[in-house]
Amino acid sequence: MLRFTLKRLLTAVVVLLILTLVVFLMTRLIPSNPAIVYVGPKAPPEVIARVTAELGLDRPIFVQYFEYLGGLFTGDWGNSLSTKRPVLLELATRLPATLELIAAAMAIAALGGVTLGVLAVRRPGRILDGAIRFLSIGGVSMPAFWLGLLLQLFFVGNLKLLPATGQFSNALEYTNPITPVTNFALFDSLITGNWAAFGDGLQHLILPAITLAAYPLGLMARMVRSAMLEVLGQDHIFTARAYGLPERVVHWKLALKNALPSTVTVFGLSIAYALTGTFFVEVVFNWPGIGQFITAAMVAVDYPTIMAVTLLGAAAYLLSNFVVDVVQAKIDPRVRIS
Amino acid sequence: MTYPLLPVVPSLTPVNERFTGLRHLGRVLSRDWLAAFGLVLVVLVLVLAVFGKWIAPHPEEGAGLANIPNRNLAPGAAHWFGTDELGRDVLSRVIIGAGPALSVALFVVVAAATIGIVLGAIAGYRGGWFDTVIMRITEFFQSFPPLLLAMITVALLGAGPVNVGIALAIAWWPWYARIVRAEAASLRDRSFVEAARAMGVPTWRILYRHILRNSTTPILVQATVDIGTVVLWVGSLAFIGLGAQPPSPDWGLMVQEGRGVILNRWWISTFPGLAIFVTVLGFNLIGDALRDILDPRQTKR
Repeated sequence: MLRFTLKRLLTAVVVLLILTLVVFLMTRLIPSNPAIVYVGPKAPPEVIARVTAELGLDRPIFVQYFEYLGGLFTGDWGNSLSTKRPVLLELATRLPATLELIAAAMAIAALGGVTLGVLAVRRPGRILDGAIRFLSIGGVSMPAFWLGLLLQLFFVGNLKLLPATGQFSNALEYTNPITPVTNFALFDSLITGNWAAFGDGLQHLILPAITLAAYPLGLMARMVRSAMLEVLGQDHIFTARAYGLPERVVHWKLALKNALPSTVTVFGLSIAYALTGTFFVEVVFNWPGIGQFITAAMVAVDYPTIMAVTLLGAAAYLLSNFVVDVVQAKIDPRVRIS
Repeated sequence: MTYPLLPVVPSLTPVNERFTGLRHLGRVLSRDWLAAFGLVLVVLVLVLAVFGKWIAPHPEEGAGLANIPNRNLAPGAAHWFGTDELGRDVLSRVIIGAGPALSVALFVVVAAATIGIVLGAIAGYRGGWFDTVIMRITEFFQSFPPLLLAMITVALLGAGPVNVGIALAIAWWPWYARIVRAEAASLRDRSFVEAARAMGVPTWRILYRHILRNSTTPILVQATVDIGTVVLWVGSLAFIGLGAQPPSPDWGLMVQEGRGVILNRWWISTFPGLAIFVTVLGFNLIGDALRDILDPRQTKR
């Protein structure tokens, strides 16, 4: 297990190193001069030349690269070209909101996906199975940004049930301000007993979380269904049924347990999806997470931010794969031994 | 519902296997209502993509010409899907948008499949260092969220439909390379390939006749699902401003244009988004049924 873990980590470090080099070279080879992005397109040439020197863009590219690499380790990831503030700070202040959204969406996806997947195999090929199949394929075909708008149209426009955008109501800042403890705003409101803020935050969370959950939910329902079908065809299930165990126990206890490894794998895939999917959802719901900042940075060719996002994206992807592998080894002895 | 797998028994007449795959497709569609529904949706979108110019009621508005006197009309008899902020007929814009959406998707899938097939077939057939290098490269690509990779590439290349196509092809080819490589590696030692080698058939011809033609079914299934996914991603990129620019009739861009007024003028965003959904759903429904032919447990991403 330890060797397995170390090998994984080493691969991750190598991937990250190559990635920094590739993206760094790409940011320097692009046609648009980052200095022009920094000062604006209408700046006179002498200002551009000065900023080019200030940003160190006139030095040999490998010197620049190693300086950048050094900065990565000392916490200096460069300043955002759009806001002129440190990229790391910009991302760190926004990350908690994004993580809360992803956590909520993944909880919905896992609960819903497993439930639908297990219900689908009660009578394979019948109406319920077909409906669940349509629902899950529909879920993975739905553009998240469009689903978000439809939900706003229905729940905000027609029913007037839920707030459309943001993480909390604006007035909350004055009536029930949240005391920051962990900087995860919703979590903080819960542990400090700020119920007004917690309720308000939950209401704001529902629509974006459902929107982000649609794709993973569909993916998981499909996967659980096919894993369950495979397990249900095995001998031990036949024996259990011969002993007269109720179908409820056979499905939810015996079969689901053996379908768990594939479920965990697809859950990992879903987290990886949610990492990018959340950008679009955050744009639609004006969610104060990293998504809006990052999409704006991409359009503006804010290369320090793009570099940081590349690293974070790869790190998060590798981390989620790693966690899946570890969990897999925990629940499936076959993985552990081989 | 499960279907028998393709015959894995070695056969000296590889052509038969291809036709088995196609026959399966017909059987799947005739038995499976959802897949047949998917086919209807795909055909509908294809017809719009090819004949859109003649079907759209206002083709010039569809392409982007403003018609200010008709601003913001709600859906009605004259404009079934209403008109947008610049008075353009939304129905026409949605119809004209089918062409670009599908051509970008087709370009991405064909480009990614071509690169992937060539590299994957050579890697799997030859093995050795070339195989190792290619597989390391694909693993490297796969250790990164593909959509994020595409976003970053477009951001650095500059927004626009051509760059979106290039970026998505870059993000996509490793998956084809891996499929073809696996097929090629398993076909390499089969008797008909060995016989061809012994008779001195040139390598490129073995690769084409015996390796490539025997891997068509998995490639086609993958390509079908991928066209839908590419349409979805192109729309997503356009939505955040990295794809086609105004006044292009890009579906994702149109959803973005109506986003701010969704509670007042719902039709501007709703119909282009519906077009994306219908297209992706159609390809996914077919792809889902086709996947059962190959392997009921296979999955990607």
